[in-house]
Amino acid sequence: MSDTLTTPALELPHKHYLNATYGSGLRSWLLTTDHKRIALLYLCSVTVFFFIGGVLATMIRIHLLTPGGALVTPETYNKLFTMHGVAMIFFFLIPSIPAVFGNFLIPLMIGAKDLAFPKINLLSWYIYIIGGGFVLYSFSTGGLDTGWTFYTPLSSVYSNSAVTPAVIGIFINGFSSILTGLNFIVTIHTMRAPGMTWFRMPLFVWAHYATSLVMILGTPVIAITLLLAGLERMFHLGFFNPALGGDPILFQHLFWFYSHPAVYIMILPAMGVISEIIPTFARKPIFGYSFIAGSSIAIAVIGFLVWAHHMFVTGESTYAALTFSFLSYVVAIPSAVKVFNWTSTLYKGSISWDPPMIYALGFIGLFVIGGLTGLFLACLGLDIHIHDTYFVVAHFHYIMVGGAVMGYVGALHFWWPKITGRLYPRALSRFAAIILFIGFNLTFFPQFILGYLGMPRRYHTYPPEFQVLNVLSTAGASILALGYLLPMSYLTWSMRYGKVAGPNPWPATGLEWKTDSPPLTENFEVTPEVTWEPYDFKNRPDLGLATGAPLPAPAHGDD
Amino acid sequence: MQSQLPIYPEQASNFAPHVDALMLFITGICVFFAAGVTVAIVFFFFKYHRKSPDAIGVPTEEDPRLEALWMIVPLILSMAMFGWGAVVYVDYRNTPRDTLDVYVIGKQWMWKAQQPNGLKEINELHVPVGRNVRLILASEDVIHDFFVPAFRVKMDVVPGHYNTMWFRPTKPGRYHFFCSQYCGTNHAVMGGWVTVMEPVDYAAWLSGTSGGQADPVVAGEKLFAEKACITCHLGAGLGRAPSLNGVYGANILLADGSTVVADEAYIRESLLQPNAKIVAGYQPLMPTFQGQLTEEQILALTAYIKSLQSQPVPVKGAGIAPPTEKR
Amino acid sequence: MHRTGELYGHFETLEQQKESATLGMWIFLVTEVLFFGGLFLTYTINRRAFSTAFGIGSNTLDITLGAGNTVVLIMSSLTMAMAVWSAQVGKKKLVSIFLIATLGLGTVFLGVKAIEYKQKYDHHLIPGHGFDMRYRSAHPTASDDLKELAREKQEVQTAIKSDPDINYHGQLYFSLYFGMTGLHALHMIVGAGLLLWLIKGSFVGRYTPQYNTPVEIVGLYWHFVDIVWIYLFPLLYLIDRHH
Repeated sequence: MSDTLTTPALELPHKHYLNATYGSGLRSWLLTTDHKRIALLYLCSVTVFFFIGGVLATMIRIHLLTPGGALVTPETYNKLFTMHGVAMIFFFLIPSIPAVFGNFLIPLMIGAKDLAFPKINLLSWYIYIIGGGFVLYSFSTGGLDTGWTFYTPLSSVYSNSAVTPAVIGIFINGFSSILTGLNFIVTIHTMRAPGMTWFRMPLFVWAHYATSLVMILGTPVIAITLLLAGLERMFHLGFFNPALGGDPILFQHLFWFYSHPAVYIMILPAMGVISEIIPTFARKPIFGYSFIAGSSIAIAVIGFLVWAHHMFVTGESTYAALTFSFLSYVVAIPSAVKVFNWTSTLYKGSISWDPPMIYALGFIGLFVIGGLTGLFLACLGLDIHIHDTYFVVAHFHYIMVGGAVMGYVGALHFWWPKITGRLYPRALSRFAAIILFIGFNLTFFPQFILGYLGMPRRYHTYPPEFQVLNVLSTAGASILALGYLLPMSYLTWSMRYGKVAGPNPWPATGLEWKTDSPPLTENFEVTPEVTWEPYDFKNRPDLGLATGAPLPAPAHGDD
Repeated sequence: MQSQLPIYPEQASNFAPHVDALMLFITGICVFFAAGVTVAIVFFFFKYHRKSPDAIGVPTEEDPRLEALWMIVPLILSMAMFGWGAVVYVDYRNTPRDTLDVYVIGKQWMWKAQQPNGLKEINELHVPVGRNVRLILASEDVIHDFFVPAFRVKMDVVPGHYNTMWFRPTKPGRYHFFCSQYCGTNHAVMGGWVTVMEPVDYAAWLSGTSGGQADPVVAGEKLFAEKACITCHLGAGLGRAPSLNGVYGANILLADGSTVVADEAYIRESLLQPNAKIVAGYQPLMPTFQGQLTEEQILALTAYIKSLQSQPVPVKGAGIAPPTEKR
Repeated sequence: MHRTGELYGHFETLEQQKESATLGMWIFLVTEVLFFGGLFLTYTINRRAFSTAFGIGSNTLDITLGAGNTVVLIMSSLTMAMAVWSAQVGKKKLVSIFLIATLGLGTVFLGVKAIEYKQKYDHHLIPGHGFDMRYRSAHPTASDDLKELAREKQEVQTAIKSDPDINYHGQLYFSLYFGMTGLHALHMIVGAGLLLWLIKGSFVGRYTPQYNTPVEIVGLYWHFVDIVWIYLFPLLYLIDRHH
C-alpha cells in the first residue's frame, strides 16, 4: 500500500513561472522580479557556496587523519577552516532557507501575488552575488586565515591574508540579509489575503517573521563592526588594537552581538520547515500552535541577550558571566517547547514514512543532541574546560548541519514537487536521509569526546592520543558526503525524469498547495479567501482524504 | 593520558572532580530528555504508521497546562545546572589569598613563564602539588589562551589586559597545556607541559637550576632607579609623587574621591597611563612609560613595588585611603 | 513589473501599497538606528577612556560652521515637511518648490562639510600617516587668529602632559568624527538623489492628495538623517566647550 495518494496520468500545467517568458531567456531570469525565480537564483548560488564549503571541509577532515597533518601546511590549514566557516555561515546557512524557501513560499502561503518589494528582492540577490564575489576574490588571492570570527588584533594587525576584501564582501552581503528581512516583515504585515489572520498563518511564516526581526536588528551591527575592523586594518586606527589604545574585547562584544542572534537566523527557519512537515505527514494539526509561534518570537528576542556566553574566559566580569549564563539557559526553553510539541503532534497521527518526514525526524534527533549540548556550554563551570575545544565544534555542527542543513534538505524534499512539478525516487531519498543521519553522527559525535579530552579547535596538528577519534570522525564525514551527493543527484535527475506531481501530492493543507505545481507567475488567478484553520485535515474535503469518498485506484507503485 | 574511562582526561587539580561531576550531572539530565524524546518519537512512528492511504490523524486540543509543565520543569533543571556551574565558576574567578604566583606571557607562538624567584621557563610550567597557584597572564601580541585539560581550567591571554587564573594541583605528573585561542600560523604547536612536583622536588628544582637568573625584585629595584622613578616616588613621602611603601594591596584615595585597590593591574595602568587615576593631593605630572618598558620589565617593577609592602608607610605622602573610609 | 497608473500589480489596492511602502521605510530606519548605533557605542566607550583627547579634538572643529549646518538641516526638514503637506493638499507647484528648497539646503550642508573636511586636511587631522594634533598651532597661516592659535597650542601642551598618547587617542576621535559624519554625509547624498527623483516626478504633477507616498517616505528618511545629525553635532562639536 502506498503512503501517498497518487492521481493517475498527471500532466505539468501548460503555463507556469518557469516557462513564462518575458524578454530573452537569460534576461528574464537575471532581471526577474518574480519571487519564485529569485528563489531559484538563490538556490543555485547557495549551492555553489555549499559545495565550496564542503570541499574545504573534506580537505580539513582528510588533513586531520594523522596527528602530524600531512595534507597541507599550517598556513593553508588555517585558511581552510576560516574559509569553510565564512563560506558556510555567511553565504550558505544565513541565506539558505529564508532566501530560497522563504522567498518562494511566503507569498504563496499567505495568498499574495509576490513579496511587498519585488525589485528589492532582486537587489538582495545581486548584493549577495557582489558580496560573494569579494569573498571569492579574497579566497583566491591569498586566502583568509583569521578564523571566521575575525578576532582582533590578529585580523586587524597581524594577519597577512586577504582580510580586507573578505570583510568588505561580508559587509556587503549583510545588506542582502537586511533587505530580505525587511521584505518579509512588510509582506507578512500588509499582504495577507482576506481571512488569513495572524493565527491562521503557517508556522513557517511565523518562523520567518521571527527570523526577519533578528536579521534587521542584528545584521547592521556586524556591518559596522566589520567596517571598523577593516578601516583599522587599512588605516592603522586603534579601535581594537591595544598598542594604539584600543580594546580587543570591544570587538568581541560587537561581533557576538550579531553573531549569536545569527545562529537563530540559521535555525528558526529550519524549525519552521519542521513545523510544516510534521503536521502534513501526521495528517493532523500541530500540537500547541500558539506556543510554537510564540516560542519563535521568544527565541528571537531572548537570543539578543546572550552574546557574551562566547566570552566567559576572556576575563569578563563575573557578574556579566553569571547574567549571560542564566539567560543562555532561559533561551533554551522555547526550543525545548518546540521539540515537545512536535513529538506530541505524532501522537494519534496518521504517520507516513515519506522522505520529508524522515528528514524532519532526523532533524529532531540531531537538534536535540545539539541543543542539549548547548546546556553544557552555557554552564559556567563546564565552559572553562570545554570552551574553544572540539566540544564546541561538535555542538554547533549538530545544530547547524544536523539542524539547519537537514531542515534545508527536508524542505527541498517537501516542496520540490511544488517548485519543479516533479516527484523524486522515494526509496532512494529515504535511504539518503538515513545515510545523512548516520554519517553525521559518526562524524561529529566523536568530537564531543575529543573536546572533553582537551583537543582545542583550529588545530592543524594534535597529540597522538587524539588520533583514533579523529579517524572515526573523518570516516563518518565520507558517509555524510554521500548523504549530500545522493539528493543532489536524484533531485537533478527528477527535474527531467521525475514523475509529474500534480498540485498537491502529499497532500498538505497550506495555501501554496492550492496552486499548480509549478505555480503560475502570479501565483493565484483569483485572490483566495481563507476560512480554514492551519493544518486542519478534518475540515478540508478538497484534499480527498477520509471523507467517505471511494479511493481512486492507484495507477502504479511510485518507486 | 587517559583515565580508566577514555572520555575524560586525568583529574589533576582541585577543580577537575567538580567539573567532571557537573558534566555527569548535565549528561544525565540530557540523556534522560534525549532518550525520552527519542523513545516517544520511535514509538509513535511505528504505532501510528498510516493504516490506509487516505487516513488522517486525530486532532488533539492545545493543552496550556502541559505546555506550562514542560516549560517549568526544564527551567528548574536549567537553574540547577546554572547554579552548580556558577558556584564552580565563582570559585574559579575568586583567587585565594595565599597563592604561589607565576607570571606567564604568551606570544606568537610560545609561552614564557617566570617563577617567583625569577627562574624562567619556555613552554614549560613547574608547579608544586597541593599549593594554590596563580598564573598572571599577559600577551605580547594577539589573544592567546592558557588551557590545561587535566586541571579543567583555561583563561584568555589578552593584549592590553592582565588576566589571572588559579588552580591547586592535586596529583604529581606531567600534563599537556595548550594554547586555545586561535592566534595564527602555529597556534596548534603553541603548547607545552605542566610538571606538577612534590613540594620538596619543586623547591629543589627551583633553586637547583637557578644559575644566575635575576630575581625580579632585584631587577625591578634596578629599573626603579634607572628609569628615575625614585626621583619623584621618594620613600619618605616628600617627593612630587606618592611613596610606594605599603601601597600594594592597599586602598588608594584618588583625586575624584573614589578609591581603588592597588593591584597588578593598577600598577600597570599607572606605568602606561599615569593620568588615568590621579592620587588625591597630587598633580598629574608622571610621564607615561608606554613603549619604554617590555612586559618583563613591567613585571619586574611590579614585583619590586610589591616587595615595598613591608616598608614603613609615611604618615603623609602615600595616598592610601584612611581605614575608616567606607567603600 | 505590471503597473496600472501608480498601482503595482502585486498589490491589491493603493492603500495596501502605501501601507507597505511606509512600513518598509520605518523598518529600514530601524536598521539604520542599529547601524549608527554601533558607531555611537564605540564613540561612547572611547570618549570615556580618552576624554582629554576627545576634548582637544572637538575644540578643533569650527563651532560656527557646525551650528550653522545644524540650522540648515533643521530648516531642510521643515521644507521637506512642507513638501509633503503641499502634496497632501494638492498644491502641486509648491511641492516642486519645497523639494527644490530641501535639496538646496542639503547641498549647502554638504558644501559646508566639504569645507570642514578640507580644513582638517590642511591641519593634518586626517587619521593615518601625517596626523598631528600639534600641527595647526605650530603652523599659523595668514587667515588665522593668532590669539586663538596660542590658546590652542597651550591646550594641546596641557593635554599632552596628561595623555602623552594624544596623537593615538586623537586619531580615534577623528576616525570617529570622519566615520560618523562621513556615513551621515553618504546618507545625505543618497537623500539628495532621492530628492532629485522626487523633483522630476513633481514636475509632471505626479504627487496628488490621492498618491503622495514617495514624498512621504523620502520625508521620513530625510527626517531620520536630520535627527542623526542632531545627535552628532553636540557629541562631536561640543565636548569641553565651557570656556
